[in-house]
Amino acid sequence: MLDLLTGFVAELRRAGLPVSLTEHLDAAEAVHHIPLEDRDALKYALGATLVKSATHWRAFEMAFEIYFATRHPGTGEAGEGEVGDGRSTEAAGEAAGAAGAPGQRRGGGGGQGISAEELAELLFRAMQRDDPGLTALGARYAVDRYAGMEPGRPVGGTYYLYRTLRNLDLDRLLERLLADAGAAQGSGTALTPLEERLAGDEYRARIDRLRRAIETEIRRRLVMDRGAEALARSVRKPLPEDVDVMHATRDELAELHRTLHPLSRKLAVRLARKRRHGRRGPLDFRATVRHSLSTGGVPVDPRFRHPRPSKPEIFVIADISGSVASFARFTLHLVYAISSQFSKVRSFVFVDGIDEVTRFFEGADDPAQAVHRINTEADVIWVDGHSDYGHALSVFHQRWGAEVTSRTSVLVLGDARNNYHASEAWVLDDLQRTARHVYWLNPEPRDYWGSGDSIIDEYAVHCDDVVECRTLRQLERFVGDLA
Amino acid sequence: MSEPSSDAAVGADAAGGVAWDRAALGLADSGPPRFESVPGVRRDLASIGYLADEGIASVVYLADRLAKPVLVEGPAGTGKTQLAKSVAELTGSRLIRLQCYEGLDESKALYEWNYRKQLLRIQAQQVEEAEPSVAGARTPRWKELEEDIFSEDFLLTRPLLEAIRAQEPVVLLVDEVDRVELETEALLLEVLSEYQVSIPELGTVRATRLPMVFLTSNNTRELSEALKRRCLYLHIDYPELDREREIVSARVPGITTELADQVARIVRSLRTLELRKPPSVSETLDWARTLVVLGVESIDATGARDTLNILLKYQTDIERAAKELLSAEA
Repeated sequence: MLDLLTGFVAELRRAGLPVSLTEHLDAAEAVHHIPLEDRDALKYALGATLVKSATHWRAFEMAFEIYFATRHPGTGEAGEGEVGDGRSTEAAGEAAGAAGAPGQRRGGGGGQGISAEELAELLFRAMQRDDPGLTALGARYAVDRYAGMEPGRPVGGTYYLYRTLRNLDLDRLLERLLADAGAAQGSGTALTPLEERLAGDEYRARIDRLRRAIETEIRRRLVMDRGAEALARSVRKPLPEDVDVMHATRDELAELHRTLHPLSRKLAVRLARKRRHGRRGPLDFRATVRHSLSTGGVPVDPRFRHPRPSKPEIFVIADISGSVASFARFTLHLVYAISSQFSKVRSFVFVDGIDEVTRFFEGADDPAQAVHRINTEADVIWVDGHSDYGHALSVFHQRWGAEVTSRTSVLVLGDARNNYHASEAWVLDDLQRTARHVYWLNPEPRDYWGSGDSIIDEYAVHCDDVVECRTLRQLERFVGDLA
Repeated sequence: MSEPSSDAAVGADAAGGVAWDRAALGLADSGPPRFESVPGVRRDLASIGYLADEGIASVVYLADRLAKPVLVEGPAGTGKTQLAKSVAELTGSRLIRLQCYEGLDESKALYEWNYRKQLLRIQAQQVEEAEPSVAGARTPRWKELEEDIFSEDFLLTRPLLEAIRAQEPVVLLVDEVDRVELETEALLLEVLSEYQVSIPELGTVRATRLPMVFLTSNNTRELSEALKRRCLYLHIDYPELDREREIVSARVPGITTELADQVARIVRSLRTLELRKPPSVSETLDWARTLVVLGVESIDATGARDTLNILLKYQTDIERAAKELLSAEA
């Protein structure tokens, strides 16, 4: 057990979770207090001792399922899925019977023989009755039938999952469930929209459970095939705050969005605090004397005036062309989430034309909505819709350049891939002379800077700093330092 | 009791080891374990109206066995504080609560010298000295006086010290620990890991009975590694449908099963929308209570729309929910 735990902890560390030695020891002790056959209890015990942040839970769960999947007696029975032990075949027989096809599959050797219609019927029943046993069984058959798993292939299982799900066509299953729910209500009266919505959400949740069951099943088989460590390596994903924004998948982006909100709130709280405590104002004589009365006139507790630090103005100029759009979105999001920390935030977006989009954020209390409007309404195309930093910058200078003052910080977001247009770097030079700071955030890895059509170096000489900003963690650090 | 004998042996072994460790460290014993098993915790908590899921029960059980504090995080209104209260009620302990806020310091959290009383004491001394009959060397007098004014009589205990010194069983709740500054967190560390408080003038005060400690955080900032390391971590999220339904049934008197089910399902659907502030458990309960008071037996679209403001706290959220869930009526 201890060896297994050590391997598990090592895997968590490789996945990027900060697990200290003390926590490892705690986990080892905790395991002694938990009956080992209770897999859930074990999971929570390890989770409580090893994982100290909610965003890391997912990575933990994944590693846990891989490391502790097959060794558990409760799920071990599933290991002989191919052979088909008594219980599962019986249940299959029952389900098949319910589906209107008598149990000719009894002893027929697992799910290999079950037909597509029967499988669909089985899943339908499982969903309708919300029966976990039946769901797991259906998942096993579905994987048998559709995943087409080949032993020894070094893949992470997403491919198998995709294949299984495509064949199952869960959307149609959902439709059928809904239709059925409508029919069950009584053919005369239709469901009210509210009821329909609730039923839909219920079935969606059930189908989600099925999807997870299938995922678990695939992973379990992969572990049996290739061993925990090898699999862990191929399914390991970066933690949400370390995901490269430019190359994030859709799921990862969704995950990022979820992290973004608490992140910006945290940042705002921290900055507000820093502002209040960063500097002490001058001694407040009146308050000190007033306060000293309770200590017999001895000024034990000096009072200070509150400092009034000036807040910076921010001009954000963001490239929203296809290549860096997701990055710009996140940055705008974050800047607006903490806009109370700045006296004024104005934002401009460009591709080869440039447009001010501050108005979209005003009045919208949800930055996501504003960003969406920017993408659809802002007028940023001038000629062909390929990034032209030079033109965008010179137009900016011409139209808004005079509004940049000595209290303004200018942030430029983009990869500086200019499609071989003129750089017009003099604009930045001019801005730097008037503005307090000019920063450039580049979502590309530093190694790529200056390669191909990237002309970041031409701009860099006119910026106070050029920052590599690929992950939320880096972005958070930068914005924190800025305010 | 359903454990196989081999496991039981392992458990006993480990327990022995732990006791020895603690003796070696000079720590107080936590007394007999408070809980029998994980399902036991769950059952007991349910009996006083707190419906814990597997995760919560496991962590509470472990916190008792390992004598470690529990750091509870999660969205507001999911029963973090209530957990500590319920555990206190269950174990028949006194609940000592330290509400954290910005600017909390040693004198509010640990202990403080009662300097007004000390001043009075010194003044009284001066009066005595002024009388001619009392004359003596100054130095020993000062020494006496110093020992005198830094004795326990002049000590004001604050929650942390109080929890450590308590003779009876206590549950210490450090509420919203994320509100204090990073530096102030350090105050907690000694208490949390060693269950002791060092007072320079008096020495170290050790716990005679280990308290159960719960810290809650709303996650407005990242807590320090040092603090997290010393705690078991528990994240309480919005409950699953079944559990929420049970919570509603258990906490709202006079609610019918159908209504509870409907409430739980509507709330679940609301949480899937992208709202600024999804409804929490406490808001769900408020809503359910309102419906019961209004005598609603089954929620329809208009009824839902009229009472939505109890569940959601932002106008945009309310509009959005009404549009998404109840739109076709309009």
